[in-house]
Amino acid sequence: MSKRNPDYENSFWQKFAMWCSGDYDPAKGKFEMKKPGQKSKGPNIIGKLMHILAQEESIYASERDKNLRTFNRFYIIVSVALGFLLTILLLVTVSQLPRFGDANAPENNEVARRYIEKGLEETGAVNIVAGMILDYRAFDTFGESCVLFVASCCVLMLLKEKKPEPEKRYDPVNSAILQPAARILVPIIIIFGIYVILNGHISPGGGFSGGAIIGTGFILYQTAFGFEKTGKFLSEKFIKVITVLALSFYCFAKSYSFYTGANHLHSVITPGTPGAILSAGLIVYLNICVGIVVACTMYSFYAAFRRGSF
Amino acid sequence: MVSTFFTNYEEVASCILFVIGMMNLLLQPNLIKKIIGLDIMDCSVYLFLAAKGYIEGRHAPIYVDGVTDAVNYINPVPSGLVLTGIVVSVSVSALMMALTINLYREYSTLNLDEIMMKLRQEETEKLGRLTYGAVEDEE
Amino acid sequence: MTLVQNFPFFCIILSMFSAIISFVLSGRQAKIVHLAMTGLVFVMSLFVLQYTYMTGSSYTYMMGHYPAPWGNEIRIGALESLMAAAFSLIMLLSVIGGIYHIDKDIDKERQGLFFIQLDLLLASLLALIYTNDLFTAYVFIEICTIAACGLIMARKIGRVYVSAVRYMVMSLIGSGLFLIGLSLLYAITGQLLMSPARIALQKIADTGQYEVPMAVIMVLLTVGLGIKSGLYPFHTWIPDAYGYSTTSASAILSSLVSKGYIFLLIKLIVRVLPYKSIPGAQMENILFLFGVVGMIIGSVDAIKDKNIRRMISYSSVAQIGYIYMGIGLGNNAGADAALFHVISHGLMKSLLFLAATGLIDCSGGRLDRKGLTGAGYRNKVAGVGFTIGSLSMIGMPLLAGFVSKFMFASAATSAPIYKMIIAWTALAISTVLNAVYFMRMVLVIYTPVGAVKASRLKRGAQTDIEIKPESGEKAAMLQKGPLENIGIIGISALIIMLGTYSQVIIDIIRNGFALFD
Repeated sequence: MSKRNPDYENSFWQKFAMWCSGDYDPAKGKFEMKKPGQKSKGPNIIGKLMHILAQEESIYASERDKNLRTFNRFYIIVSVALGFLLTILLLVTVSQLPRFGDANAPENNEVARRYIEKGLEETGAVNIVAGMILDYRAFDTFGESCVLFVASCCVLMLLKEKKPEPEKRYDPVNSAILQPAARILVPIIIIFGIYVILNGHISPGGGFSGGAIIGTGFILYQTAFGFEKTGKFLSEKFIKVITVLALSFYCFAKSYSFYTGANHLHSVITPGTPGAILSAGLIVYLNICVGIVVACTMYSFYAAFRRGSF
Repeated sequence: MVSTFFTNYEEVASCILFVIGMMNLLLQPNLIKKIIGLDIMDCSVYLFLAAKGYIEGRHAPIYVDGVTDAVNYINPVPSGLVLTGIVVSVSVSALMMALTINLYREYSTLNLDEIMMKLRQEETEKLGRLTYGAVEDEE
Repeated sequence: MTLVQNFPFFCIILSMFSAIISFVLSGRQAKIVHLAMTGLVFVMSLFVLQYTYMTGSSYTYMMGHYPAPWGNEIRIGALESLMAAAFSLIMLLSVIGGIYHIDKDIDKERQGLFFIQLDLLLASLLALIYTNDLFTAYVFIEICTIAACGLIMARKIGRVYVSAVRYMVMSLIGSGLFLIGLSLLYAITGQLLMSPARIALQKIADTGQYEVPMAVIMVLLTVGLGIKSGLYPFHTWIPDAYGYSTTSASAILSSLVSKGYIFLLIKLIVRVLPYKSIPGAQMENILFLFGVVGMIIGSVDAIKDKNIRRMISYSSVAQIGYIYMGIGLGNNAGADAALFHVISHGLMKSLLFLAATGLIDCSGGRLDRKGLTGAGYRNKVAGVGFTIGSLSMIGMPLLAGFVSKFMFASAATSAPIYKMIIAWTALAISTVLNAVYFMRMVLVIYTPVGAVKASRLKRGAQTDIEIKPESGEKAAMLQKGPLENIGIIGISALIIMLGTYSQVIIDIIRNGFALFD
């Protein structure tokens, strides 16, 4: 005979049968209209503010001079008032801007038109955005790589430990899921990242997205196999050297192109055949450099946050 | 005046989000919430830019079949700006996180007001010891 | 295009490249690279200055193969190159003047990173000075912010992290406002380069379209940069940020970083935002008002503070108020005065920070007036440097500070009458207040003390407090040498030179400013 569920009354099928016959309503008590006067449980700005003020009370309770607290309250009130003012200003501004998706909006002018119409011919990149940020406006993008670089320097400065804590604390958990999954996934992730970088000028993607993908691959590998194994191919020195090489190449390549451009010299860089991997002049190499920098930075952020060293 | 207020949902939303993020960055005493506010603020600007770049009925700015006519593609400039901006905000968030970790190690709280009060107490306790290396001497 | 015309671009790339290469160098090598690079940038900027001043024109330099509205570009004139030269010189002298403190305050393995931040800070300042592109300006503002944060927290004590967080919060709000202002500007003009954006804005202003958006953009851009440069109501982060970091960092932060933003703001006002033609004219008055209030409040706060480094930091608030007052006067003379004050205040403030540290060191690390009594006799160079800086701040004739105050006063005469009265009153009050706190300090450091007490003060053993002998590594006391004194003497000499031969610099500023838009 079939086994009987001892808790049949509360089982799913019993409820289902009751629902079919109309005895049971799963939504009961969840969607009813609230009676007027009942307090709403939604986000409550005033309540939040009161909460902040109350918190303050506990912090400043021991403080003898209350001037500071008065100042702080004044500061909060003024800031909130300014925030409302800013919202209104921005909303008025937005309501005067052209309609969403309007082709005749002022920003769709000759600048954007040239990027689209001449982009293929001048940069050789099928991806217009890649052509724009790595050729027309390359100085910005170099600055942006430097932002990443300076941020990773700052993070290292803050979190680098002289003696990292013993490896044991960060040993990966031996699990039946993590290691086998990582073994399968890491190569796929890294290969996909390389694909995204190399096709940055042909399809959506590029150095930043590809580099971030490779970085996650490294991080997954580290999580599964520990710092000791990762350190074999991603030592601190290696990361530093490769970042410096990539950024230096970027710096020199772009300097050459800026210098020839400004002095109206002939540049040896040609767009090549659009659509091929090795085309679009410097863009593919710059994408590789950016990819390396981003991948290394992502991993070093992770390592610095996790342990304070590589 | 309210001409495009009800069609520019994206821009309206991004403006409101911007102020929400900014107020969080300014007023939240908790450092992690401050960072969340910062990210909301930055992302709202990217939403705004992305919305400005869109043109109805056109494709993403990647050439299809070698067609280079400008009427086929949306404006690529905002996309580029968003790309640059995202990297900047990633860097800034990472830096703020690292600062937060160090502050937590030092004062074992994430509440900036509390940290300020602790500092004030420290300073009043050794009012005479206004030395350049005073804080350094302590463990 | 002659070789000299390439120099500004070389300066920017060189400073970025030295930052990149310093990543694999040791701290010592990074220091040498930094000093050599800053010197080279200074020399190159001088060449550019000579070239632009002689030809009397400005030129644009394409960053790439594409002309104005499509590619990035930088623009070079006499004013820009003067600023670049001044900034690199001040940075060089500030680093030299605090070079032993960098060794002492920052761990060995972090020094390389510290110099990377300095290199990138110089790169970003140069880029802010030269750039003609709004989005490039945004990117380099962020580099400047992060690098400045790195400088603040380079010293490994808990206090600086709080300062760094407060600095970052205000700065990030500033950059957020700047970014959304920029996006709105792009939405109504479709241009990111300054000169085309100006033409587009002028066209919009003529047709009377988008009046509110334009005013909002102006407010956002101005307030964003104002917050970042420490304009009065947003100045709360300044004393913390400048007061606790290592000497060179304080000197550079107070004298250069905020000035970079101010220069960019002046550039935006002149070159992009049509302040004159639309309701945005009110913006000038607001800047004027905040500047004047900042002048007074900053000085009052400085009088109240006992800590000498914080006192100097509060005085920065007041001095930035001067600069904004000059911008707010709304005439060319006011802008000239503001630009002159950017240079002279940069020199004075870095001198004061360096000299103050010299005084503090010979008083056993004490920062208050009691501990600093007679310090001028113990460290003569620092004492003289501090006196020169203070006198210049107060506005002693023959020193740089006097020239800038004189320029502000004479610029006010051509402004509307109510502004003139306010500006003169504020100048007078602020001068008196400056005199109160700076003269008090100078008197304190030259108050004679007995020989026994002096030696006790030198060890920092003041009656009631006994400083613990520093242990272990920290006991590796400050290396003594002539280098820090060279920094102090160099800046003092420059202040005197700027005071006596001010006409040349004023000429350059005036001609350069005329070519600015």
